[in-house]
Amino acid sequence: MTVTIRYFAMLRQTAGRDHEVITLTDPDASPSQLYDDAVARHGINLDRSIVRAAINGRYVSWDSPISDGDEVVFIPPVSGG
Amino acid sequence: MIDVPQPVGFTITEERILPTALRLSEQIIAEHPEIGGVVTFEGRVRNHHKGRTVTALEYSVYRDLAIREGERIVRATVERLELPVAIAIHRVGAVPIGEMAVWIYVGGAHRQAAFEGCREIIDEIKRHVPIWKHEWYGDGSDEWVLGNPQ
Repeated sequence: MTVTIRYFAMLRQTAGRDHEVITLTDPDASPSQLYDDAVARHGINLDRSIVRAAINGRYVSWDSPISDGDEVVFIPPVSGG
Repeated sequence: MIDVPQPVGFTITEERILPTALRLSEQIIAEHPEIGGVVTFEGRVRNHHKGRTVTALEYSVYRDLAIREGERIVRATVERLELPVAIAIHRVGAVPIGEMAVWIYVGGAHRQAAFEGCREIIDEIKRHVPIWKHEWYGDGSDEWVLGNPQ
């Protein structure tokens, strides 16, 4: 299955892209695995403990299931307001 | 003018907030005579951060989630405090020093719920709505500001 990862803010800057399409071979892949892979791929230096995961525009837990075609986003600590 | 859901809602805009805020302040009262107390909050862009001079600021947003979270926050506060009116607007993109980044308008039958609701909405927005601040400083450096993680 394929998923789209979108990057925002400091993660966009570090990853050097606003999105990427990833093919997953592991049907049990979770957002936490996707994040760890992205960290290794792009040299992201933001610990997962302070990041949140979202799928298709909703916050989810790090061990949520992922489906084909999902949009996955990693949310660094927010600083609006 | 910014299109704002009324009398309860949250929106994101790249426009200046002030003209819309001024218009809504009068219009809402005219339409809601049950309101006895209004508390508004204006979040303004300041020229300093942790001792450094801020020369420019830009907000990034993950819009789908920001709208969903913002609406959830405003609706939860409205239900808990039985508020007739609560509106929040967050500006994104480049916002000049001194201009409004956030405007919150909460109207209640009495002042206590209005104060409490306004405070709750801004605090929750700062915790959960996926908006990020990128600041540029007087020494030529720049930084993404990290909020307090939940």
